[in-house]
Amino acid sequence: MAENENAYKRRQLLSAQIDLSKFNSKNFEKATDEEKKQQDVMGESSTFFKDGMKRLKKNPLAMISIFVLIFIIIAIIVVPMFVPYSYSDIVSVNGHRDGTAVNLAPMQYSTRELSYMESSGQHLFPHIFGTDSMGRDYFIRVIYGTRVSLSVGVVSAIMVLIIGVIYGSISGYFGGKVDLVMMRIVDVIYSLPDMLLIILLSVVLNTRLTPLIKGTVFAKLGGNMLAMFFVFALLYWVGMARLVRGQILSIKNNEYILAAKAIGTPNSKIIKKHIIPNILSVIIITTALQVPSAIFTESYLSFIGLGVSIPMTSLGSLANDARASISSAPYRLVIPAIIITLIVLALNLLGDGLRDAFDSKLN
Amino acid sequence: MAKYIIKRVILAIVSIIIVTLITFFVMNLIPGGPFTAEKAPSQAVLDALTKRYNLDKPLWQQYLIYMNNLLHGDWGISMKTGREIGPDMFSRFAVSAKLGGASMLIALITGIVLGSIAALKRNKWPDRVIVFFTTLGTAMPSFILATLLLLVFCVLLAWLPVYSNSNPNLILPIISLSVYPMAYVTRLTKTSMLDALSQDYIRTARAKGVSNGKVIFVHGLKNGLIPVITYVGPQIAYIITGSMVVENIFNIGGLGSYFVKAITDRDYSLIMSTTIFLAVLMVVANLLTDIAYKLVDPRITFD
Repeated sequence: MAENENAYKRRQLLSAQIDLSKFNSKNFEKATDEEKKQQDVMGESSTFFKDGMKRLKKNPLAMISIFVLIFIIIAIIVVPMFVPYSYSDIVSVNGHRDGTAVNLAPMQYSTRELSYMESSGQHLFPHIFGTDSMGRDYFIRVIYGTRVSLSVGVVSAIMVLIIGVIYGSISGYFGGKVDLVMMRIVDVIYSLPDMLLIILLSVVLNTRLTPLIKGTVFAKLGGNMLAMFFVFALLYWVGMARLVRGQILSIKNNEYILAAKAIGTPNSKIIKKHIIPNILSVIIITTALQVPSAIFTESYLSFIGLGVSIPMTSLGSLANDARASISSAPYRLVIPAIIITLIVLALNLLGDGLRDAFDSKLN
Repeated sequence: MAKYIIKRVILAIVSIIIVTLITFFVMNLIPGGPFTAEKAPSQAVLDALTKRYNLDKPLWQQYLIYMNNLLHGDWGISMKTGREIGPDMFSRFAVSAKLGGASMLIALITGIVLGSIAALKRNKWPDRVIVFFTTLGTAMPSFILATLLLLVFCVLLAWLPVYSNSNPNLILPIISLSVYPMAYVTRLTKTSMLDALSQDYIRTARAKGVSNGKVIFVHGLKNGLIPVITYVGPQIAYIITGSMVVENIFNIGGLGSYFVKAITDRDYSLIMSTTIFLAVLMVVANLLTDIAYKLVDPRITFD
């Protein structure tokens, strides 16, 4: 015991340890309130998320993209509430179908609508983008088409997110033989030509699914759409799974994880504090960039006639339908083309902005 | 190296087999046989046809017969027209290959040139203009671009005639197919050129007094182009799928429009053969790309 105390007092040469024997209570005095205040942290402590948001706000392109997307989302939610036309039905005047309301130019009224307005004195809601060759209001069809295209993008991105993250983290977490087998499967799926299989499966699943979903909510979307989701879930998650696995593997081997383990941090805290924040940014960015790719695929399939079933529509099928009237009504092609480009552009720029703001490895 | 190539070849063969398996068995999920037409043939004819096409055998035997035929160059018969698929498919593939090859070359060359300019003039106006247009180019699906080009140049301005057999005009289809890969190649070249130009050996070369042109072309571009090689495989896949709509829009009788027609006609045997053919094409393209990349840059590992 005495020996131990001696050993404690005999300080190592050059040690920074304070020799307490040299001090007694007189050497210490209580800090005044003023001095205590100096120790207060003035700025709020900044979290990873706040830091990222601050950087994101400084990126004008990303901010414009957010505003464009918010505007489009509000439009597709709000507009159907006050536009009195339906995407699926021919324009009707006073409860009667209006056969003259076919191929109207933007803001034009049909002859029957004009005579009705004159006789009743009521003002009818204008056809902002005119009507299509079936006599349906084009504006509301564009709104519904945007709705379908955006939801396809978001739903597929979420599916890819869930499947990819679960598969990737299992593979990365267990490692070894499990990882090897799981990653070989990913390799094979990755080397399959996805677009061809999507087309093939859409053709086949549509014929199998359509009778199954008759009468349910899915019937409105149609078998093609479900087939598309099915294929997305089947094929598109591999990129995400690879990414998550790689991230987990590389983070697992980092020194700070070792340090955290060395000071006795429990596993749950390591996962919560170190692993999740580090892979979260990559996952969010990949998901954000998955949405435009799904929108691309959907519009492409709609364009070759494998998209949503009529009368439901999407931006791709609107563009496809507009080809028939390309010389008489070119705006019918230009409108969905602009919207699709705008959405994809905004999502791409937002994804890039998120990457710049949140991916700590790039900073 | 040999080990890597063997591994990649095995992976490619496995994926081709999986594609044929999926294609064959999924196609057999479609309700109704190939002979359930509006005018139902008599039972005797039906039996003869079933026997002729081995439909009475179990499915796995049918698959093996089908694969055996494929390996012997027999691609089967179209259900709708009754014509042999093989010769039709290859003559149409020749048209598509011309279109796709030209688009790919143009995309690669312009992409590399624009990417290098953007990297060398970084943050100056040429870079900004190029970045603006490549961002726009990656946000436009090829079918949108194709229909817009058709609208502007053939309908509104009437500068170019629409493609026809007597008047083959591939300018617009090539532009519509090459813009997206071009934008992609530009971005890729720019980042890898910037990366290459910031390396130590570039500084050394400049310090030695090597001329600016030699530094850029010999030291910078040569190393900066390596990552661009990886994109050639995916680019071929993109152009194949893109040509399906672009050929349709411009009325070109290539493999793409053949495939889309097969889909709208529900000509299942045709869909099956074309899918397998295109899948093999894509898988082989990816395989060659990976091997070429490995040969050019032995540092790369794919694990």
